Amino acid sequence: MAMKFNQKEAGLYELDVCGYVCPHPQLYTKKVMEKLHTGDKLELVFDNPSSAESISAMCLNEGNPVVDQHKDGSKFIFVIQKG
Amino acid sequence: MYHNVAWALQMGQMGKLIYIKIRAYILFAQRAIETEREVSVESIVTHPIPALKPADCCSTSKASVQAVSRKHIMWVYIIVGFFGLVSVGTYAMHEYYLYLSAYLWFGFIYGMCLQYGRFCFASAFRDLFAVGVPRMVVGIMIATILFSITSSLVASTGWSTFHAAPWSMHAVIAGIIFGVGMVFAGGCASGSLYKAGEGNGVSMLVILSISVTQSAFVDMGGWINYLVPKSWAESALTKGLPSSINVSDGWVDQYLAGYVWDQPVITFARLLGLEDHSLVGALYGNTLVGVILPAILLLTVVYIFWSRKRYVMDLKANEGRSANLIDHVRGFWAMITSSKRTAIAGLFLGVACGLQMFVIEGLRMKFGVKNAGTILQRLGHDYGISAKGTVFDPGYWYVTTQEAQWVGWVMQKLGWNNMDNIYFGWVNGIPSPAINPADWMSVALIGGAAVMALLNNEFKWKMPTKELAIWALIGGALMGIGSRLALGCNIGAFFVRTANGDISGWSFGLGMIGGAYIGVKFFNWYTEKKMAREMANINFDL
Repeated sequence: MAMKFNQKEAGLYELDVCGYVCPHPQLYTKKVMEKLHTGDKLELVFDNPSSAESISAMCLNEGNPVVDQHKDGSKFIFVIQKG
Repeated sequence: MYHNVAWALQMGQMGKLIYIKIRAYILFAQRAIETEREVSVESIVTHPIPALKPADCCSTSKASVQAVSRKHIMWVYIIVGFFGLVSVGTYAMHEYYLYLSAYLWFGFIYGMCLQYGRFCFASAFRDLFAVGVPRMVVGIMIATILFSITSSLVASTGWSTFHAAPWSMHAVIAGIIFGVGMVFAGGCASGSLYKAGEGNGVSMLVILSISVTQSAFVDMGGWINYLVPKSWAESALTKGLPSSINVSDGWVDQYLAGYVWDQPVITFARLLGLEDHSLVGALYGNTLVGVILPAILLLTVVYIFWSRKRYVMDLKANEGRSANLIDHVRGFWAMITSSKRTAIAGLFLGVACGLQMFVIEGLRMKFGVKNAGTILQRLGHDYGISAKGTVFDPGYWYVTTQEAQWVGWVMQKLGWNNMDNIYFGWVNGIPSPAINPADWMSVALIGGAAVMALLNNEFKWKMPTKELAIWALIGGALMGIGSRLALGCNIGAFFVRTANGDISGWSFGLGMIGGAYIGVKFFNWYTEKKMAREMANINFDL
């Protein structure tokens, strides 16, 4: 499964990195967050459990809060807001 | 009598630890099922969890509480039951099999801990360099300190199974190669094992690549002999190896016998003029000076360069003041405790690693052996024993050599004579994987990780994509070569050696950090290129 990135609506983007292992989900998330404007949101979908810890910590460090998170089966879905 | 009681106590404690961990998790899973009945399936499976503080994200089970299906719990019982049956069944055949079962259950504990803490050495410096996350460096340092304390206590009783390795720049160079490989592969040697237990096909490919590369690398001769310095070739011939070992044919043979074996063996205790097996030498020299002080220094550097800025900014925003020294101590502690899962896994791993040395040495005393080769021979398994009667039997956690052995065993069955090299023929042998103690440990590690992944709803069969398969094969090959040059991987060459005060452990670690930095630089460039293509048609100003 290839990485997919698209704009769902104004200020809301989706990044799907299911199938990817470390460090790809972290790196793709970081690159996308660098492009977003303050207040924009990213819906991130991934299924690599070890990336969950790293992405959470990365968001915290960079001041981009994870405003919502849940699991759908083995998929993690994080909504991250650009701080 | 004393030995019988001692090992019985050790085995009892180990069994109790495993039982408590699995039982607690299953109880938790069953409670989740009861909750599911009350709340309804949809509300748990598809609805978002109420808002959490970012700091709590994924660090507790609350963040991802989902009912564990009966199917998952059934598989947990099957896996644990299988290993239990193997232990009981083989013990019924002969008590010598306890030796292999000890390896098995420690492997199982390691697998559970690694999966619980998402404990991967590759992510330590990779995530630090790539995304500024220090949690894994912290976890590894906690585990190393705990392991060092327990192993020093074991060493002071004379029951340690550890032997320090020769030290020179080869450890750093091997670490660099290994470090690049683990970033490319997406996991270190131990991390790939636990991720294979999550059903991850990429990690399975990494393991295959490490295994095949090592097995082939240690037996490569022919034109590659021209790359061997004359001094190595001459020195190797003076080591008095038996005629069954063709030491003049093979790069790794001449590297080992002609270079590595000539290097000094140095520990921090010996540098301070102390004995490794004395209480002062082990605890003061190898643990305090060799591990605790360097670990605190390393974590301080990590805090200053990666965590301090955020802590100071938050303090200013929340309290409107600058940070003083006490605030920085608090910030340092906040960094240490920021990922409880990783820290807890580090604590358990550290203690379990030290205990394994104690248990294995206790069993060696009980059975009157110094190596599992003797046990296998007594059991009638003569195949694959090395020329000096040994098989690979480290007595502690190790990953890569048993991976080389199972491929070596397959290759020999297919007609490849690989018992004429030092690695297989003189030191480690290639016993059948079915009776190889270290293989039991690795298989059980995968099983332990699978159990934890099933209980956390994180088990999923994942086929590798073509892109990730290529990275897995390249990364695995580099890790395989790095492992054989260093005589170990992130566990054998870094974690175990560092914890036991061997300076070659820190040397390999420094190399790994350098390799991780190179790998991250490359992946940054690669990701940037891919994202640029993906973002070409998106207007972020809309």
